[in-house]
Amino acid sequence: MSVLVYAESSEGKYKKVAFEATSYGKQVADQLGVDLHVLTIGGENPSELGAYGASNIISVNNVTNNSDAKVVANVIKETANNKGATVIIIDSSANGLSITPLVAVNLNAGLATNVVAVPSSTTPFVVKRKAFSNKAFNSTQISSDVKVIGLAKNSFGILENKVEASVESFDATIISSGITSTSLDKSTGTVTIADAETVVSGGRGLKGPENWGMIEELATVLGAATACSKPVSDLGWRPHNEHVGQTGKPVSSNLYIAIGISGAIQHLAGINASKVKVVINTDPEAPFFKAADYGIVGDAFEVVPSLIEKLKAFKAQNA
Amino acid sequence: MKILVCISHVPDTTSKINFTENDSKFDSNGVQFVINPYDEFALTRAMWFKEKQGASVTVVNVGSSATEPTLRKALAIGADDAIRVNAEPLDGFFVAKQLAEVAKNGSYDLVLAGKESIDYNGGMVPGMMSAILDCNFVTACVGLEIEGSSATITREIDGGKETLSADLPLVIGGQKGLVEEKDLRIPNMRGIMMARKKPLNIVEPVDFEPTTTTVSFEKPEAKGACTMIDAGNLDELISLLHNEAKVI
Repeated sequence: MSVLVYAESSEGKYKKVAFEATSYGKQVADQLGVDLHVLTIGGENPSELGAYGASNIISVNNVTNNSDAKVVANVIKETANNKGATVIIIDSSANGLSITPLVAVNLNAGLATNVVAVPSSTTPFVVKRKAFSNKAFNSTQISSDVKVIGLAKNSFGILENKVEASVESFDATIISSGITSTSLDKSTGTVTIADAETVVSGGRGLKGPENWGMIEELATVLGAATACSKPVSDLGWRPHNEHVGQTGKPVSSNLYIAIGISGAIQHLAGINASKVKVVINTDPEAPFFKAADYGIVGDAFEVVPSLIEKLKAFKAQNA
Repeated sequence: MKILVCISHVPDTTSKINFTENDSKFDSNGVQFVINPYDEFALTRAMWFKEKQGASVTVVNVGSSATEPTLRKALAIGADDAIRVNAEPLDGFFVAKQLAEVAKNGSYDLVLAGKESIDYNGGMVPGMMSAILDCNFVTACVGLEIEGSSATITREIDGGKETLSADLPLVIGGQKGLVEEKDLRIPNMRGIMMARKKPLNIVEPVDFEPTTTTVSFEKPEAKGACTMIDAGNLDELISLLHNEAKVI
């Protein structure tokens, strides 16, 4: 018996989700009293994972088609079988989300995704997960011998736990793929909503796309990603990939700043998982104030420029 | 081209979520059910393939007879026929198994589903179906074109988009982008009348033991009151975010 974590890397680099999944896996392995194995595909510096409790690292470098979930899922299955893993943990990166269900079928395992905490009990095996688009949680019992867990982003956190890491290289079996990547369009230099510690989001209260300059500037000062409410993306003021909410991108940042967003139930569902919420709105009756931690009733066109100046001064002082 | 669109029957996005029987069951009292929004994008894209490329569109759901109005709505939007697998959707693996059986029996070229449902948010059914059927799979799909037996697919990845090519048969987990919000259709009277006459076939489930069960539900802890800050005192906000919340 052992626990296997799949630590996703992108262009050889690990993202926060990989460290979070490793931290989580270490805790689950300790709870079960079994070994932890961490699988990495194409990671440049696997021993980095040792900082989060990965003592046994399996490094696979012969996968060339990361775009096909089937290929990666088969590598995870093979590794799980080699290591006798009974709990497999996969992060919620875009690739992680696509691979997880395939791994569960391959291993004939029960699957719980969107998991936010270590098992509340190991016999029976029960984990807490997010449901109803962040409006609730449910505790799910997994009754199969092999269990697959999809870990929600920024839910468990990253725990430093430095251990001596041994890295074993392994040539995995590569199954044939029916999917070919033909082009990649990645925005460079900007923080993505998924990875951002802070998200600055604008709503219809900003009156038009021409007023987004201050949102972008505030985001730059805070090292934040920019986002928007659904009406704003429906109106075409901002691209769809900035739409956050129940049917848009989920946000689980540390700080979420909502400007000119009233806080419809669908919007709140999507951003609920953020730890600290700040709302700036002219309407003191806006429902968002009930969901926020800090609120300012005021005109965004006055508050935001002033906030930018004050934050710049603060950053300069605390640099 | 034969297309199967998987339809989940979910509480409307505006629903307040409550639980009964000691927080062990979802309380459907007073809840309006709709086509899962992610599935609706998939269905609307399927309608485009029907109208422009002569595809046939079957919609399918795993559920009790209570889900039939949702299937009828999909028929009113324009699907040709519907299948209901007569079983409670016990867990994601169980549902995927039932849907894969329907897909296999009907020899569909393309299976379209939303990338997740807005109730359990498992995000597992399309991927599991593809693994059971052993066919190509792409999720978080924001663009799909079909030419003969090959597909060009755009999917969202962390920080961008990727374009892929794949052969049919194919399972897609879709979202907005597959079609735009403005392309979504509200059934008209003619569609609703026609939907009454379209076939809705009921099939019995195949045996499959679910591997997960929900033990209990809970709602997020009630939030403390919002700390209000005067618009003229932004230094206080910065100080609170720095010292109290420790997020800047």
